[in-house]
Amino acid sequence: MNAQSPAVETSGLVKLFGSTRAVDNVDLFVPSGTVFGFLGPNGAGKTTAIRILATLLRPDRGTAKVFGHDVVREADKVRWRVGLTGQFASVDEDLTGLENLVLLARLRGYSWSDAKGRASELLEFFDLADAGRRQVKTYSGGMRRRIDIAASLVVTPDLLFLDEPTTGLDPRNRNQIWDIVRGLAADGITVFLTTQYLDEADQLADRIAVINHGRIIAEGTSGELKARVGSGTLHVRLVNPDARPEAERVLEQQLGVRVQLEYDPLELSSRISSPEVATQALVHLAQAGITVGSYSYGQPSLDEVFLTLTGHPVDGETELEQS
Amino acid sequence: MQTTCERPHQTERRVLPTRARPARPSPLSSAITLAWRALLKIKHVPEQLFDVTASPVIFLLMFTYLFGGALAGSTAIYLQFVLPGILVMMVVMITIYTGVGMNQDVKKGVFDRFRSLPVWRPSVIVGALIADVGRYLMASAVILLLGVMLGFRPENGVLGILLAVLLLVLFCSALSWIWIFLGLVMRTAESLMAVSFMVLFPLTFASNVFVQPETMPAWLESFVNINPITHLVTAVRTLMSGTATADQIWPVLLASAALLAVFSPLTMWLYGRKQ
Repeated sequence: MNAQSPAVETSGLVKLFGSTRAVDNVDLFVPSGTVFGFLGPNGAGKTTAIRILATLLRPDRGTAKVFGHDVVREADKVRWRVGLTGQFASVDEDLTGLENLVLLARLRGYSWSDAKGRASELLEFFDLADAGRRQVKTYSGGMRRRIDIAASLVVTPDLLFLDEPTTGLDPRNRNQIWDIVRGLAADGITVFLTTQYLDEADQLADRIAVINHGRIIAEGTSGELKARVGSGTLHVRLVNPDARPEAERVLEQQLGVRVQLEYDPLELSSRISSPEVATQALVHLAQAGITVGSYSYGQPSLDEVFLTLTGHPVDGETELEQS
Repeated sequence: MQTTCERPHQTERRVLPTRARPARPSPLSSAITLAWRALLKIKHVPEQLFDVTASPVIFLLMFTYLFGGALAGSTAIYLQFVLPGILVMMVVMITIYTGVGMNQDVKKGVFDRFRSLPVWRPSVIVGALIADVGRYLMASAVILLLGVMLGFRPENGVLGILLAVLLLVLFCSALSWIWIFLGLVMRTAESLMAVSFMVLFPLTFASNVFVQPETMPAWLESFVNINPITHLVTAVRTLMSGTATADQIWPVLLASAALLAVFSPLTMWLYGRKQ
């Protein structure tokens, strides 16, 4: 174990698919023992980057090292130390959960009896003991995600890649996976997590890189990213949705700020430089006869960070929740 | 605004009682483990054995009794001639399924899981081939047993049969690499099946499986005579009848070696670079 080497270090990483730059000049640095969040919308290049780091794809340019080992020239040494979980690296649906884990344990060098022991241990831990003898194709979404994670922990990896571990899961299952990730991090495993849920990166990751169209557009702790946006945000929730266009007009005219209409037809938000201005905004709304149900002023959310960094909101169904 | 994080109660459940890293398995061990996987798939999806059990029965009965009388004067005489041919044809057809299995693995994501493991790279393919040898043997056993029940009596007895099946399995294991290669290249299992049938139907029919080529037009006869399937059928027939000469065996060994020499490196190259 060379504890000094960072878990992941890339420089100028490029991967082209035809003329598309799926990964475009990416530099990453992930210290050993941390949770790294790779945040971006669908198709931003997150999975491609992970596939390169896990030795499944060769980069077209640049270098990538995992614990100091080059992912192309020393692929086998990298494979020895990483675990991989994602829609693209999954288990055999025709086999049972137990058979899958025994298979992988055998491939990692366990004897048949030790493989069975390790498989049962993992099934037990991931609350899959009862489902162990059923084919994986009968599993629910949450169970499926847990068996996928279990499969990458047959031998404890030093670095675990989790590709969108909670996409499509309900909140209960999502919390369960978060719980597992925190447990792994507490055990000292470096976790490299991709997500399109801003909330998830905020919750789990020590550091976050935001990727869009193959490029890293920001990197830092969740706090640093929020600070980069440089101002707070006023959220207003109206009582009557019909009043929202009027509210938008009042704020834009009186304060000269840009107003963002939220998904909820009662809500709007605006980047506002100080609490004093926020108070003024509320006064203007009251004077215009618009009833405000509730409001808040605070640090920007990661959603807003993304908006600021890319100039457009995250596309699609990326918001887990907005409160 | 972000909601406050509700930290779950048991944050530090330990998954990892051990940091033990067992030694890397030998190539043979990982290939056998992956062959075990292929056998498990048969256990869970037994329908896939239809091809190795029912089809040979149907073909053997059909060709013997439909054409036997017309082609050889009697079904009993034709059976002696056609059984080795049907044996070759059926087992050669089964080789396609190795490629189909590979293609399905690629699509389902199991493929990337295996590729991310520090194991001997060809073990995934070699494991599938080991399990397929089991299918070849099963299909051969079905045909031979039915044949013997119907009156097939090869002059060279059990030894001839064993040598013939050995040669057949050897050739088919080499041939499989073509379909595994195509399984990695083609986008769907359906297109792979279409292509492989398009290749194998003419190869198996335009051979000496059903009739000797002497009555064919000259151009077809010359194709049949260079067709590797013809050489394989001849070798299998003569091994069973006890008249085999080295000249009948070596073309088959040569063809197998050539297939393996071309397609196994090509397949492994692609396996490493598949996107």
